[in-house]
Amino acid sequence: MDAKANVAELRNSGGFLYRINNSYYKPEIYAGIGLVLLSIILSFASPYFLESRNLINLARQISLYAIIASGMTFVILTGGIDLSVGSIVAVTGTFIAGFIKSGMPILVAVILGFGIGLLFGLFNGFIIANTRIPAIIVTLASMSMGRGTALLYSNGYPISGLPNSFKVLGRGYLGPFPIAVYIMVVIFILTYIVLNKTKFGRHVYALGGNEETVRLSGINVRALKMKVYVISGLMSAISGLILASRLGSGQPLSGDGWELDVIAAVVVGGTDIAGGRGTIIGTIIGAFIIGVLNNGLNLLNVSPYLQLVVKGLVIIGAVFVRAGVNKAK
Amino acid sequence: MENILEMKNINKQFYGVQALKNVNFSVRPGEVHVLVGENGAGKSTLMKILSGAYQMDSGEIYFAGEKLDIKTPLDAQERGISIIYQEFNLIPGLSVAENIYLGREPLKKSGLIDWDLLYKNTRELLDRLQADIDPRTLVSQLSVAEQQFVEISKALSFDSKLIVMDEPSATLTPKELERLFAVIRDLKSQGIAIIYISHHLDELFEIGDRLTVLRDGEWITTDNIEDVDKNYIIKMMVGRELTNSYPPREVTPGEVVLEVKNLTREGVLDNISFSLRQGEILAIAGLVGSGRTELVRALYGADPKDSGEVIFKGKPIQIDSPKDSINHGIGLLPEDRKQQGLVLGQSVRNNITLASLDKLIDRMLIRDNKEKEAVHKYIKDLGIKTPSEDILAMNLSGGNQQKVVLAKWLFTDSEILIFDEPTRGIDVGAKYEIYVLMNELTKQGKSIIMISSELPEVIGISDRVLVLHKGRITGEYHRGDLSQEKIMKSAAGEVN
Ligand SMILES: Nc1ncnc2c1ncn2[C@@H]1O[C@H](COP(=O)(O)OP(=O)(O)OP(=O)(O)O)[C@@H](O)[C@H]1O
Ligand SMILES: [Mg+2]
Repeated sequence: MDAKANVAELRNSGGFLYRINNSYYKPEIYAGIGLVLLSIILSFASPYFLESRNLINLARQISLYAIIASGMTFVILTGGIDLSVGSIVAVTGTFIAGFIKSGMPILVAVILGFGIGLLFGLFNGFIIANTRIPAIIVTLASMSMGRGTALLYSNGYPISGLPNSFKVLGRGYLGPFPIAVYIMVVIFILTYIVLNKTKFGRHVYALGGNEETVRLSGINVRALKMKVYVISGLMSAISGLILASRLGSGQPLSGDGWELDVIAAVVVGGTDIAGGRGTIIGTIIGAFIIGVLNNGLNLLNVSPYLQLVVKGLVIIGAVFVRAGVNKAK
Repeated sequence: MENILEMKNINKQFYGVQALKNVNFSVRPGEVHVLVGENGAGKSTLMKILSGAYQMDSGEIYFAGEKLDIKTPLDAQERGISIIYQEFNLIPGLSVAENIYLGREPLKKSGLIDWDLLYKNTRELLDRLQADIDPRTLVSQLSVAEQQFVEISKALSFDSKLIVMDEPSATLTPKELERLFAVIRDLKSQGIAIIYISHHLDELFEIGDRLTVLRDGEWITTDNIEDVDKNYIIKMMVGRELTNSYPPREVTPGEVVLEVKNLTREGVLDNISFSLRQGEILAIAGLVGSGRTELVRALYGADPKDSGEVIFKGKPIQIDSPKDSINHGIGLLPEDRKQQGLVLGQSVRNNITLASLDKLIDRMLIRDNKEKEAVHKYIKDLGIKTPSEDILAMNLSGGNQQKVVLAKWLFTDSEILIFDEPTRGIDVGAKYEIYVLMNELTKQGKSIIMISSELPEVIGISDRVLVLHKGRITGEYHRGDLSQEKIMKSAAGEVN
């Protein structure tokens, strides 16, 4: 019938335009343009901005919450949210530090501390998958419990005096770059592959688009939800480990407020907060935008209070531009 | 007669694809103007331009003698143009009354909503359709047919001079359709013009005054209904003659593959037992609300069941979730493509492969070329009209969306396929191809359970029909022993 011939014909005539206009790449294109513009402005405003020392420093600063943002991308793509990430950073850090102090071999301490951080991800996932309690409530609760656990365990004081060998991960360099940056890059490559090339990734996107369709397609929705919160917990734990190593101590107040920068990175990178759409590349760009902003405003000696205001404006602006673009379609 | 609506030289492109090319279309007051064409011909697009949902690239619209510049759907509604979309736009979490008067709720002097008046007005609207729906019911609890009536009531509430109905009948049973026609005649007599889009050509002769055919975005013809016949319409739509409506059934059903025993769900399904043979097409008929969809959903594991046994190839199997069903090789194409069949914000490709990604995986990764190959095959076989497999499902025409859902279930390679209204919204030519495909599947040894509200289709392609009434089986007929009257009697509750 006519339609058959049309498929080929239409693909030739409209394929390319469709690809640009109709894809999820679009939001990240805008975020990318934003990042480039921001960098150009900052390179004029501050001569230090483009210095390699500053750029490497920037990458190091970004790495910690960018790692978490990659996990948060999974969560937000399913239409969820995870507010407990900052607390998991603290829990993981303090427990690892405490375990090392108590004389455990470093590897064992790291594994156990990790396990405790992961428990919070499991807790989030279990409750969200099996009850109707919204993710924002569940993770708000575990955010509080996590922070409380870290404070209880450490009595509210940083646990320091850790051996130098533990500090390598956070402070060490491999060639020109800090080790943490390599970890970030590896995690981004992995999450890119998982999101784009695996069954799990497809299911994550679909879940955020239409849960009922996913269920009727024979996919275990509960297991799927569980997994994304575990991934988010895992990424937070990794970040917590690197932070403790960098600080050389487990600090119960570390990671405070990080959930905001992390969520901002994901959203500025073009992921739809309602789920179903977004990309990991967008999240990388988003993380860099937030990082460049922090870094640049510091270089320009902007007061930290004003920085918060500027960051807020950027978040609104980014989402606004995207909404406007979508509507114009 | 003066036209109430004139659309002149309408053009609309979507990213380089011309969906409408210089279309001219006019409607007279008090007439039922039927708009037909294949899936993707541009019918809905033309109507969305009229309603302000889309902006045209060029062209002019005159309504009641004035040039119209419609920017938003609200503009159109206030001018007296109401559209009932193919895909409903109701809010599931609100009641029937709240949906109909959304944003226009009657207020008391105090500024609070006057609930009594709201329910009373809604009751009156629903009564005009003789629809037995409580205005307080949540829309999420309504069947598709009932939601349809809510949509129509909403259009009536605007006091429109022109009402567009985009495939209103796709979800209605014959009795409900009669009611709809009565309402349409009533509206007509009040001078209200109706634009009526449907793929059910028989209806056009019953309700239409004039007819316009679109093909590939172009205006083909406008005629008086008295001057045309079905073959002519099909020829205008498809561009060639179609001789048969149904391909001959050549498969003789074999051994029993599936047995359902005493399936019960309190208040919905009452002790249902039946069997399905290999290579058989078993139709399930009945009125909306008779439990047809509930039966297959319970069987499939989408809804819980209280008791009952399922025996698959001689062995009892436990089905508690859709996943269990799929693992056993049973697939269900659900009734509502938008809510249950598709992820609208995902590409055609991702939708087609969603339920069977395992088949495309090699060393943990989805293989792009394998996936594209599979998807292209279905786009071709089913004639899915889309510029590329990367288009989001929401940008396809209604009928083409349905084909995507169909492709998704075909791709699962299930041995037993349950189709709930598989041809809803699909054009005549494509329908025939789907029947051919169903024949082909049964030749390969697959078995099909099909729910359909279209009795000619039930009679045309099934080997056997079960009729449900209030959650019970009230009739069973074999091919050769089938007639519309018998099915209707059983559907009304007469046990044979
Ligand atoms: N928002 C959109 N973005 C891209 N393409 C679109 C969009 N809406 C419609 N189209 C394309 O325009 C063409 C006409 O679609 P339309 O929905 O008008 O068809 P239709 O005649 O109503 O078909 P059906 O009988 O299947 O409902 C199709 O090829 C469709 O893919
Ligand atoms: Mg349509």
